[in-house]
Amino acid sequence: MSVPLTLLGLLERGPSHGYDLKRDYDAYFGLGRPLRYSQVYATLSRLARDGKAVAGPVEQGAGPERRRYVITDAGVADVDRWLAEPVPPEPDLQSELFAKVVLALVLDRPADGYLDAQRAAHLQRMRDLTELKREAEPLGVLLADHALYRLEADLRWIDHTAARLDLLARSVGR
Amino acid sequence: MTGGQRDGMIIEARDLFLSFGATPALRGASLGVRRGEIVAVMGPSGSGKSTLLHCLAGILVPGQGEVWYGGQRLDTLADDRRSALRRDQFGFVFQSGQLVPELTAAENVALPLLLSGTRRGPAMTAADRWFPALGLDGLQRRRAGELSGGQAQRVALARGLVAEPQVLFADEPTGSLDSVSGELVMDLLTTAVRDQGTTVVLVTHDARVAAYADREVVVRDGRVSTLTGAQP
Repeated sequence: MSVPLTLLGLLERGPSHGYDLKRDYDAYFGLGRPLRYSQVYATLSRLARDGKAVAGPVEQGAGPERRRYVITDAGVADVDRWLAEPVPPEPDLQSELFAKVVLALVLDRPADGYLDAQRAAHLQRMRDLTELKREAEPLGVLLADHALYRLEADLRWIDHTAARLDLLARSVGR
Repeated sequence: MTGGQRDGMIIEARDLFLSFGATPALRGASLGVRRGEIVAVMGPSGSGKSTLLHCLAGILVPGQGEVWYGGQRLDTLADDRRSALRRDQFGFVFQSGQLVPELTAAENVALPLLLSGTRRGPAMTAADRWFPALGLDGLQRRRAGELSGGQAQRVALARGLVAEPQVLFADEPTGSLDSVSGELVMDLLTTAVRDQGTTVVLVTHDARVAAYADREVVVRDGRVSTLTGAQP
């Protein structure tokens, strides 16, 4: 995810201190991986340097870096463009799951055992996320759903592959 | 062991074999379910998962093997006793609600109570109590045939639970619903069964539905493999 564009998007709501942006970023998107203050201020400095935001004067009586930032027209245009652009689909053609299955087949190891173990791990994660959704706020539910659908897609591939292991084994020359 | 059944197990299938004509459906399937547990039974189409559910519920009798419920053999009971036990102890929810279209929603919910001899007044009162919790308040007197798919499935869920069964058997309970309606049904199902302490055997091909369960097993070629948790 682009941290600069996300911060710029949050800045579009109105003039903000770095502290406010970090707090809101962490609340919406941090989820266990909060931004460091140094990263926030370095990003805001770069956005100001590139003409996407303007830094106000340092405010009296405040701590370090107590200045507000304001988004510029160029910054708004960047946010506009970014929100309209589709994210490149990630076909994940180099996935580790795929590599393990192929290597297991090539080496005559039990690919079905690996697939079962992976299936169990995926379902355990799905159970955890489903439990998390029971107590979560709507945005937390939205994020958990995103993860659940991606895990479900993996699981469908795992089941599909498990059902075709004999055919696949022949195709790798075993 | 209690009466031939392992401690803590409310229901068990042991080494079940069952064929439909020349087609084997179960080939040595075993599954134990602890009291209060929600177990998801998954597996490819035709793997035997619904057949296993029907054997556990006493709807089908296996050709070989044993089914135990509450310390007694279920598969060797006479038909009438097995039917009575099914009516008194088990609840059912299927893919399509299988409601009686001519009856109102509340009458459909009350059916298991009426069939087991509860008088109409108390049965309807008990049925009506389910509607607010299911988000269906005001629909009690609507004919089942006039309900949407999601509403009908919630009514079917209430019917499956109204008699406070020991075990709820659910066969693809969200199979005919969109993802949002399906999620609502599963949220309601898990909340209700945890409140009542009901054990659930849940057949599904949908991993997001299985994720509501405490654990899952997979049926392949008529046998059960346990992927997570200890093998009961």
